[in-house]
Amino acid sequence: MSVAEKKPRVIERDSLIGKRIRKMDAPEKASGKTRYIHDINLSGQLHGKILRSERIHALIKSIDVSAARALPGVHVVITAADIPDQRPIGVARDHFPLKVGRVRSERDEIAAVAAETEEIAEAALKLIKVVYEDLPVISDPEEAIKPGAALIHPEPHGADGSHEHLKQGTTIAHKGKPDNVAMTFDYTHGDVVQGEAESDVVIEDTFRLHYVTHCCMGVSGMIAEFDASGNLLMYSNTQVPFLHKREFAEYLNIDPARIRIIQPPIGGGFGSKLDIYPFEVICLYLARAAKRPVKMLFTREEEFLASPTRQPVLLTLRSGCKKDGTLTFRQVHTLHDNGAYTSWGATTPFVMMQTFSSLYRVPNCDYHTAAVYTNNPYAGSFRGYGNLQATFAIEQHMDMLAERIGMDPLAFRLKNAQDAGETTGQGMSFKSCGFKECLTTAATRSDYARKFRENAANRDKPGNIKRGIGMASMLHVGGGAKIYPSDGCGTILKMDDFANVTLITGASEIGQGSETVLSQLVCEELGLPISAITVVNNDTAITPWDVGVHASRTTFIAGNSAIGAAKKAKAKILAVAAKKFDAAEADLDLRGGFVIKAASGEVVIELSKLLRNLHFQDKAELVMTTFYYEPPSAHQDKGFKGDVSAAYAWGTQVVEVEVDTDTGRVRMTKVTGAHDVGRVLNRLGIEGQIEGGVVMGQGYALTEELLIENGVMRNPNFRDYKLVTAPEIPEMDIAFIESMDGEGPQGAKGVGEAPAICVAAATANAICNATGVRMFELPFTPEKVYRALHGQTPKRYWKPWRAPE
Amino acid sequence: MSLKHDIEFTLNGIKRRVTVDVTMNALAMLRDVIGLTGTKYGCGEGECGACTIQVDGVSLNSCLMFAVDCDGRNVTTIEGLTNDSTADALRDAFVEHGAVQCGFCTPGMIMQADHMLKSECCGDTDSIKRGIEGNLCRCTGYKKIVDAIAAVSGAQT
Repeated sequence: MSVAEKKPRVIERDSLIGKRIRKMDAPEKASGKTRYIHDINLSGQLHGKILRSERIHALIKSIDVSAARALPGVHVVITAADIPDQRPIGVARDHFPLKVGRVRSERDEIAAVAAETEEIAEAALKLIKVVYEDLPVISDPEEAIKPGAALIHPEPHGADGSHEHLKQGTTIAHKGKPDNVAMTFDYTHGDVVQGEAESDVVIEDTFRLHYVTHCCMGVSGMIAEFDASGNLLMYSNTQVPFLHKREFAEYLNIDPARIRIIQPPIGGGFGSKLDIYPFEVICLYLARAAKRPVKMLFTREEEFLASPTRQPVLLTLRSGCKKDGTLTFRQVHTLHDNGAYTSWGATTPFVMMQTFSSLYRVPNCDYHTAAVYTNNPYAGSFRGYGNLQATFAIEQHMDMLAERIGMDPLAFRLKNAQDAGETTGQGMSFKSCGFKECLTTAATRSDYARKFRENAANRDKPGNIKRGIGMASMLHVGGGAKIYPSDGCGTILKMDDFANVTLITGASEIGQGSETVLSQLVCEELGLPISAITVVNNDTAITPWDVGVHASRTTFIAGNSAIGAAKKAKAKILAVAAKKFDAAEADLDLRGGFVIKAASGEVVIELSKLLRNLHFQDKAELVMTTFYYEPPSAHQDKGFKGDVSAAYAWGTQVVEVEVDTDTGRVRMTKVTGAHDVGRVLNRLGIEGQIEGGVVMGQGYALTEELLIENGVMRNPNFRDYKLVTAPEIPEMDIAFIESMDGEGPQGAKGVGEAPAICVAAATANAICNATGVRMFELPFTPEKVYRALHGQTPKRYWKPWRAPE
Repeated sequence: MSLKHDIEFTLNGIKRRVTVDVTMNALAMLRDVIGLTGTKYGCGEGECGACTIQVDGVSLNSCLMFAVDCDGRNVTTIEGLTNDSTADALRDAFVEHGAVQCGFCTPGMIMQADHMLKSECCGDTDSIKRGIEGNLCRCTGYKKIVDAIAAVSGAQT
């Protein structure tokens, strides 16, 4: 080829954003090669097992472990008496990992064994003799909150492990409360009395939300090992490794620097791994005592019994509006069944009050929660974090208010829906907001108006199958949530001599696809294919700090952090290239593995070659960058007001059902969703998040319920706890509203929790559209629906635990 | 101590002998005795399908099968689904269609889907859904799993 014919090579503009990118770890997982905690075994490892209470509420009179200790193959048997430095754990520091003097729930840990095999450990448990003295069981929060109710936590507990001597000035874990109230929340903006006075219509109803649980397919487990110097290595399923590192250090009374947490791939999280549970601390005690690695895995039954639940709530909502459709106020009282101990479930009001105060324009809002101790299982954090419960009540009231004033339910919602630029009474500032577009898109795509009208008209016609359509919307944090002192995430990025990138991120991968979307964002900045990147995200000794996977924050926070590191790398590369080729940095760009001229796409130099030139010269340099992203959000003030997230996500879902009035069976036929996700980054990943969330919401609405009777879990297995199976899933039509958030990574907002939030509420509205009957209690099992259709469900009214001030 | 028994069977195309407790299930044998961890424990009572394997070409829950009953049989696990065009296509389809999130149910799903495809019972998406009814997934909402299997079977949606 002659010189005259040689054309400069041009790289066409291309983008990874919005494409369907395969999940990076999917080939390993689909081949059975991925090693979860269950698949990891260390040499010298012992197996730990826990003896749980045989009683629901009782004093422990004595524990005899002598026979267990004598069993061949048993290395360590521990009870509370063997751990004098036990510290209380949990969100309220209100329980010891190994229970002291008293058991308060079915799952309570009495003793633990580390043995050569699981079988020997189980055999040893059977040899432990415990003498109990039964106490009255309180399993109804309405009873537990009454004055004079027996106390679940009467004794004071000191943080030093003793429960007799509470020294002045020591950290008091739990003071021995005068009542069973574990936590209260009170929020107000505006004046609800004034709001009610301005109302043309006021309605009030009590809603009851039930127990469900995460049912991660991989059961809980961990491995703990202390090295010769007493440093701890943990293989843990935690979603929040850096917070837990600090907390475990507190429980062991050692420097957090001596704890390293490795997170193997996790078999499902959904919020369940946000708190430290007794088994984890017990596993540490066993490993410390045995001086051997100890592995502890739950059985499925144990997973049901000893995992957190979604927060059950009894809720009375009073709402009003004017004849023209303007919302006037919301007044809310909730009673949270705290269970025997306090985990994140008690704090779900942080999210619930946001929904009550800010889902639609609410000029006046008054919100009160009491979380009250019972002898029931305790609730933790679970995808949506109180928002499913709040939305269930609000969105039914939206339909009911619309009906009372004779307004179309969509028009009523649109009249009260916010626009970008608005700030709510609670101080949430909506910089991007696709709420109205979510409403209209979901309504249009589902043909909501026509079906709503026709279904209602068909209600009284012959035939036992009634069709219904219902709508509900949701608001959730979409740009992190400033709950902890920092809501940030760190990134370390390095490039090798062949233009491959290693992305070292604090963000944990729990199956949601964070590693893929972060890679996509980095490769987009650096003009590289996804194949050029490796992600390291599972070792606290290597990765920079991140607050953890919660609050739908990872794509937004870790994404911005990854982009920050990539931009610094890009700036350095372009500066080197500009100098080398005597060009302006602004005229250069990175594309397809090359440095190119930004205007024409003409190749300047292969990126790997430039990196080698930079490295192998007299003033040798590598491209390595770091970035810490802290979102521009604010902590709430003492009245819970403040712009707690850098962005907010919106969504509307329209659910279609068929109700069999002969049997009460509800079939969910279709879900049409429109979600304001800011921008679609990985289309394949976000579809999967939404579809999975919708079906999780379907289970919450129709099939799932942990049955707790007098503190006893009646169905701790998949036979009797009904997860949705493949033949039951609805047709799903999902639309993405791209509001292009100014702060979001490439415009994106968080979406992890969003899809599960409004399914139950929309289903309730659909059942009402089909049958004319309102359902105030979940789940909508055939029995419940049948009874409601036949007028056999007396209207429940829960009087708030105390008069609003 | 519990009674032991020697068995001989074909595992993923290789003949082998194992000594197992008579009370042990095939899942525990595969994972704890033989060390193949692709087959997952999800519930131990045949409700979740995470431990699905194929025995003489038929899919079943390995947690419900005694290890001794593998004697003389032809056992295939996820690790043995190699050099097989259907299985390769399935794995690729699961990856391409986003049918894998946490991945814990995935080996069992693929074992079940492979059996369904080889017994030609994936005519339409409804039969695919019925075919994986015994395999629970908590992440994906099943849609992308059904899509992946349908893509391989050519099923009409």
